[in-house]
Amino acid sequence: MSGGVETFGWLWPYLVILIAGWLPTDIWRFLGVILAGKLKEDSEILVWVRAVATALVAGVIARLLLFPAGALAESPLSLRIAAVAVGFVVFKLARERVLVGIAAAEVVLIGGWYLMGGLSAG
Amino acid sequence: MTSEKSLENQSHSAFYWYRRGAAGIISVPACILMAAFVGFAGLARESGIALPEAIFMTATVWALPSMVVLVGAISAGAPLLATAIAVALSAVRLMPMAVALMPVLRGEKTPRWQLLLLSHFVAVTSWVFAMVRLPELPREARVPFYAGFSMTLTVVNICVTAAAYVLIGTLPILLTAGLFLLTPVYFLLSLWAASKLASDKLAMVLGLALGPLFYLWLPGLDLLWTGLLGGTVAYAAMRLKRRGI
Repeated sequence: MSGGVETFGWLWPYLVILIAGWLPTDIWRFLGVILAGKLKEDSEILVWVRAVATALVAGVIARLLLFPAGALAESPLSLRIAAVAVGFVVFKLARERVLVGIAAAEVVLIGGWYLMGGLSAG
Repeated sequence: MTSEKSLENQSHSAFYWYRRGAAGIISVPACILMAAFVGFAGLARESGIALPEAIFMTATVWALPSMVVLVGAISAGAPLLATAIAVALSAVRLMPMAVALMPVLRGEKTPRWQLLLLSHFVAVTSWVFAMVRLPELPREARVPFYAGFSMTLTVVNICVTAAAYVLIGTLPILLTAGLFLLTPVYFLLSLWAASKLASDKLAMVLGLALGPLFYLWLPGLDLLWTGLLGGTVAYAAMRLKRRGI
């Protein structure tokens, strides 16, 4: 995506965000407003579309956990997986309260890494 | 200004409902979202996205999963068209959400342009909030109430993005790692809580498994394939099950 820099200069990153970020998200929202009342929420095409979007975002989640950027990349992989697994189990036990699950995952990651000597690594 | 003469909800001004909506910023879902935007700011910074670009993304895209896809694709140098398609696939869920919101949101005389404008603020947090709170309100209160909540949420998170981007480099590594963990855990749990259908849950499990495989095999197009294959298999499995096979 570097070819546009010569033509558009400093504006190029913003054009990329508009073309590859704003347009492909707001187009769905606008389409939703236009189709409201014409399209049933449980129609077959929407069920498939939602499954595709869900799988894609799940792929993002796995990537963020297994191949993270920055400080998280320094932490042990097994600890990251344990943190998310504990977070999910606690979330289910707490009747699917998101905040409780997040707190549990954070405690496992930060507490576990501290006990393993992660502080000295920084 | 109007006096307190009437006790009926209907007599409140649009601005009153706007402020009532804005007060929703002090709530658990809004706080979780702010924490997740701290994680996003860290990701953007580590991926070489400049501060004004990160702010621009928050304002124009306003859907955290799509923003993470966009940042990943830009930092990996993916082609513009492949980036746009991956972002579009990650954002498809916004359409059924907008479809479901409209009959709850609109009043009898709400002009179309107002609904189009407000639809930009549709994302998981504001949508769940709206679907729970709006049905309790009188019709004419709903558009200003939703505008107040969703616009405040967006502006506050633009500020959160900027502040976190600047501050995150100064934090100890344990805390920074904890902030980076917020985004995937928040996505995982909120997506699971929001998926009512068995096909959505199966799609999540398949996506979690396929994502890393395609990332190693087909970097750049990995999210497209994860979404199309995982989602289609989950959908097909649900149709087969419905037929009793």
